[in-house]
Amino acid sequence: MSDVLLEMRGITKEFPGVKALKEVSFSVRPGEIHALVGENGAGKSTLMKVVSGVYPTGSYEGQFFFKGEECHFHNIRESEQKGIVIIHQELALVPHLSITENIFLANEQATRGVINWSKSHAKAIELLKKVGLHETPDTKISHLGVGKQQLVEIAKALSKNVELLILDEPTSSLNENDSQALLQLLREFRSNGIACVLISHKLKEVESVADTITVLRDGAVIESLDATTGDVTEDRIIRGMVGRDMTHRYPPREPNIGEVLLEVKNWKVRHPVYDDRMVINDVSINVRAGEVVGIAGLMGAGRTEFAMSVFGRSWGHFVSGQVLKHGEEIDVSTIPKAVANGLAYATEDRKTYGLVLMNDVKTNVTMANLPGVSNRGVLIPPKEITVANEYRKALNIKTPSVKQITVNLSGGNQQKVVLSKWLFANPDVLILDEPTRGIDVGAKYEIYTIINRLVAEGKAIIIISSELPEVLGVSDRIYVMAAGRIAAEMPAAEATQESIMKAIMRLARAGAEEVLL
Amino acid sequence: MSTPTESTPIAPVADAEPTGGFRALVGRNVRQSGMLVALLIAVVFFQLTTGGVMLKSLNVTNIFLQNGYILVMALGMLLIIVIGNIDLSVGSVAGFLGAVAAILMVKVGLDPILAVLLTLVAGGVIGVWQGFWVAYLRVPSFIVTLAGMLLFRGATLWILGGQPVGPFAESFRAISSGFIPEVIGTFGDPFGGAEIALLTVGKWALVIPLGGGPLNLTTLLLGAVLSAVLVLLTWRARAEQVKYGFSVPSLRQFWLRNALVIVGIMFVAYRLAGYKGLPMVALIAFILIAFYMFLTTRTVLGRRIYAVGGNAKAAMLSGVNSKRMVFLTFVNMGVLAALGGLIISARLNSATPNSGYGFELDIIAATFVGGASAYGGVGTVAGTVIGALFFGVLNIGMGTMSIPIDYQFAIKALVLLVAVYFDVRSKNKEG
Repeated sequence: MSDVLLEMRGITKEFPGVKALKEVSFSVRPGEIHALVGENGAGKSTLMKVVSGVYPTGSYEGQFFFKGEECHFHNIRESEQKGIVIIHQELALVPHLSITENIFLANEQATRGVINWSKSHAKAIELLKKVGLHETPDTKISHLGVGKQQLVEIAKALSKNVELLILDEPTSSLNENDSQALLQLLREFRSNGIACVLISHKLKEVESVADTITVLRDGAVIESLDATTGDVTEDRIIRGMVGRDMTHRYPPREPNIGEVLLEVKNWKVRHPVYDDRMVINDVSINVRAGEVVGIAGLMGAGRTEFAMSVFGRSWGHFVSGQVLKHGEEIDVSTIPKAVANGLAYATEDRKTYGLVLMNDVKTNVTMANLPGVSNRGVLIPPKEITVANEYRKALNIKTPSVKQITVNLSGGNQQKVVLSKWLFANPDVLILDEPTRGIDVGAKYEIYTIINRLVAEGKAIIIISSELPEVLGVSDRIYVMAAGRIAAEMPAAEATQESIMKAIMRLARAGAEEVLL
Repeated sequence: MSTPTESTPIAPVADAEPTGGFRALVGRNVRQSGMLVALLIAVVFFQLTTGGVMLKSLNVTNIFLQNGYILVMALGMLLIIVIGNIDLSVGSVAGFLGAVAAILMVKVGLDPILAVLLTLVAGGVIGVWQGFWVAYLRVPSFIVTLAGMLLFRGATLWILGGQPVGPFAESFRAISSGFIPEVIGTFGDPFGGAEIALLTVGKWALVIPLGGGPLNLTTLLLGAVLSAVLVLLTWRARAEQVKYGFSVPSLRQFWLRNALVIVGIMFVAYRLAGYKGLPMVALIAFILIAFYMFLTTRTVLGRRIYAVGGNAKAAMLSGVNSKRMVFLTFVNMGVLAALGGLIISARLNSATPNSGYGFELDIIAATFVGGASAYGGVGTVAGTVIGALFFGVLNIGMGTMSIPIDYQFAIKALVLLVAVYFDVRSKNKEG
């Protein structure tokens, strides 16, 4: 075997009207962690889809070799047989099936069509041990958090005797701890000789774990950096990605903070299914006009649940609590009422909850405020187009026209469409849930700029983010949430990643003691 | 301050540059109007195989007389399917409401107008019942309407006591078998006896014989007015697109397309005029088609229905009351099922325990063949109308060819499968 596991030469892939990959050459050595970075639309996922057979042979130009053998995959099955497994950003697990069933999906441990369950479970347990997941194998996927689901995906990959594992944004929806655990797992794989291609926007992770970093821009390889020497910094990578230095990651803002605009008092919500679980337990927060308030916390701390339950009780069983605006109680018991009272919530999951992907940009932009583009229930198309074009310009949405279907936009531009939708509804308080998840550095900066512009207009912003640097970078004040409670409140200027993590741990310990008592 | 994404390339424009010519017109529209092409092929096919009988005035009139109720109810079904549901009960509900109307008129002795109004209200009430179960109690529409299908079939048998009820007053029967009154007068057909020979294939000749009875001028005039209105509307829409800088078909394409539409409309009008003029049921259908086109494309309500069908969660989180939208589509369906039931009863001149039996399948098939998506969010009124006409042409054509009923079922089944397959395939290519 040569010292190259995967070698790609002159790969060109065209979509109608766009060259997604231009003569890309890319190689992976056995047992290395090779990070693939670049802005959205740079061609990272496309390249990996060529490798894994998602784009069948013949739909691209160029050739590639795996273990010295030229590959012509027609589908994923063929690439998996060779030992190439791709784990997509959107996990491909069946929620109502168990861990075992998912691991061996389409690869059932069966004799003549009859599944050998004891063998399946035994193998599953072994695989779960390898990935460090402590769950019984008959647990349903829907009962697991995203982090654990990710581990199941990896266990599934291992069951296929993987030699090259491709991970597309594996940590984008994981919290800090789970991310670290996952990266540690990749390091272990490396020592066992499994090579890994890691696509990630989280450059800190890339920097810490990768042996080689390849930067793609506009469908072409810009550079390949040797990261083992340790002198490749985050800024260095960004320079490759965007083609120039970025002096500020967060645009500066002149704070202009006014009166308390919105106040949530003693908010309590139960789980929609498990009624004995108080998911939000006595949460009180406030936000002032012109202020950005960050809510930090781990995955599962209840931040999204809290935000959604405040926004028209769209999550869980409401128990008690008050919402006050300018000191007066307001009715937010349904989403239309919450919107009418000047609240907006931009979801963390723009594809599932934010956009009607099959509809065009203008239809999505106006969805939350149709009365704004209609007269007595009759739409005024010119007005709709004008409005959509205004936001397209103001938020720099990159689309050939506002009639483009949103599924064709990149993640960052989709996020801007979601933001436009809420800006057009003209809220006073905007709750942004993971507004920069899975979008590239440049688009992130633009989103922060928009946030700054909004608070300058006197609006109040609540931002929920799992990325601590982001919470610290954009907020004026930070609430730390853990286990459905507020663990701490601190001015952003005094907060550090350590102080936030400490607050979380302190509350987790207190919670544990409470249970013991 | 520099924005760091200036270097990100703008995705290229998917729209082709405006080009002229017939070929471009076809290429540009073939996917959207694949079913229209299929409809034309079906017409040509039957015209060939029936020796030119298909396009005679009587048959063209019959397409509307025999399929009016399908058109009417398919419009309701479209909204139900677009929002992501299905209604299996329409046939039974229509049968039941036709029976209700019959009893009100024949047994109770109510004035037809009052009976019609009461039946429409009853349809709304049935819609409320089913919509409530689907929207607010969250029982899947497939189950609710399967139950409705059985329930209202049973209810029909019960209220009719197993016996047909009829006949009805002439004024009531007019809604399905009447024609619009001739207010201008008639005129001898100047093309009488002439024929348009389009092509000859072996022993088959594609000939459109002209002439028939004297022409009803009111119907021709209405056809001309409709053509003019359509041209005006499309012209205005085009001007608007140009104003906002969107790519539009070239002027040549625009006129070519409109010319085809005008020829189509005027031919149908000419044919109808050569028999007894515009059937009442066609008039009702045209008015409803116009209304639902407006509703689906130009109103807040329509937009919200499509949004819920496209992504119910996103629509809900944008402040759309998804449940109410689902509820309303069922109420709407109930009222249209009532209208359908009235047309069926009027057509048969009696309400029978079996009327409306199996109609839901024709209606659902017409909607899907017309391009509505089983996953929701997609479907147009125009497509649905084409789908309904397609089945109408198929029924009449096969009837004229004296194809046995067993074959007719099988042929319709295959047509449904193939039509939807082509639709799915073209959509996959697009995406």
